[in-house]
Amino acid sequence: MTVVPIIKRDHIYKLAEQGKRVDGRNFDEYRKIEIETGVVSKAEGSARVKIGNTQVMAGIKMNVGEPYSDSPDSGVMTTAAELIPLASPDFESGPPRENAIELARVVDRGVRESEVIELDELCIEPGEKVWVVFIDLHILDYDGNLFDAASLAALAALSTAKVPAKRFELGDDYPLPLKEPPISCTSVKFNNVVAIDPSLDEEEIADARLTVATDTNGDIRAMQKGLNGSFTREEIQKVIKASIDNGREIRKQLYKNIGK
Amino acid sequence: MKSDIELIDSNGKRLDGRGPEDLRPIKIEAGVLHRADGSCYLEWGGNKVLVAVYGPREAIPRHSQNPLRAIVNAKYNMAAFSVEDRKRPGPDRRSREISKVISEALERVILTEQFPRAAIDVNIEVLDAEAGTRCAGLTAAGVALADAGIPMIDIPVSCAAGKIGGHVVADLGKEEDNFGDADLPVAISPRTDEVILLQMDGHLTLDEFNKAFDLAVKGCHVVSEIQKKAILDRYQSASEAE
Repeated sequence: MTVVPIIKRDHIYKLAEQGKRVDGRNFDEYRKIEIETGVVSKAEGSARVKIGNTQVMAGIKMNVGEPYSDSPDSGVMTTAAELIPLASPDFESGPPRENAIELARVVDRGVRESEVIELDELCIEPGEKVWVVFIDLHILDYDGNLFDAASLAALAALSTAKVPAKRFELGDDYPLPLKEPPISCTSVKFNNVVAIDPSLDEEEIADARLTVATDTNGDIRAMQKGLNGSFTREEIQKVIKASIDNGREIRKQLYKNIGK
Repeated sequence: MKSDIELIDSNGKRLDGRGPEDLRPIKIEAGVLHRADGSCYLEWGGNKVLVAVYGPREAIPRHSQNPLRAIVNAKYNMAAFSVEDRKRPGPDRRSREISKVISEALERVILTEQFPRAAIDVNIEVLDAEAGTRCAGLTAAGVALADAGIPMIDIPVSCAAGKIGGHVVADLGKEEDNFGDADLPVAISPRTDEVILLQMDGHLTLDEFNKAFDLAVKGCHVVSEIQKKAILDRYQSASEAE
């Protein structure tokens, strides 16, 4: 850590001791979220999500391909994330590094494990032909909390996606079959406080990070801890509760934006 | 993929005969490699993992150096022959992610500020895989780091819990991992129970999560004793030979 980040860290610590955050939010308060869908005409589904100044774009493309040998009658999904140099002075072009890989895998897990996409319904000919769903995440502006922004963008894009059956001469286009999505909420810990939806400044000085995806019942569908700090059992409980509470609000907003 | 296999019967007995809280058999041996600064071989159920620690040594490339502390590079790698369908050699996205979360977990316990500009390389090789390889890898890495004499606040240890057929159980086996409802790998610093690694996929209610979390932590403490014994065995026999 060089001089400037140390000054910044001390400032954020000092504020935290007074119960404040740099941008004036409460520790359990999320930034403003904006969701816009249908932003790319060539994509099967697309969305742009803003959380504060952070901006992520997700695009869904679909192809006809071969199924995996261990699941011959279900469709295939893959997720990729690109931290393009446009989004931050610290991002470099080239093949994805570990941060991009972790991001893509956490988003992928949130979608896959909760079976948001009904892959069983994406079979065309068992063992031969199935639909392949590509979720591509483009980070446009990086001001912290990419995990939540990317997950939300992926869900919003999926929610508006149409299966391009006509292009492959397989009948008429129809909406991508989906189930209720889980919502991811990320918190970080610094100076022994836990704060939800970290801004970039907070993320840079954080000791530990925890992402929790919860569903409509308030059940937990995926978790990922990151960074080289640690959490106590009580802190984990607190993070889960904040994730359930904020997840409920974010879900409402997502439904409103996709007209559900 | 769904399966009709009954993973756990009405008496709480699992496919391999274990009860809900039982771990698979674990065998740990410290100091098994000649060239490494520290090493460990671990068998956990059907998992076989070998870990070598090198360092602290100069971090290369130089721009990766941190002037205030050492960097920890854990590299998790699966042998091509360790799984049913041959794995293409080299790092894939899964192993890069696991390497990252293990590196971060180890950084929490290693006194990295004692070695500015240095790197501590932890090479984790999975030779035979059967569910729970990241827990096995991190546990073995803890022993190998101790064997290398790297100063740590604690020996990190890991164990998973999960949910199969509606029951919360410790340490999922292969079928349980494939056909179960949830998997929750946890790593802690056992003296304080601080959580240094936590991941979850599947579906758990809040109550089930709490139960699974406590089971995983309990499992960590069982494994921690085996780790300590492995280190004691290695150095007691070495001092007797002198």
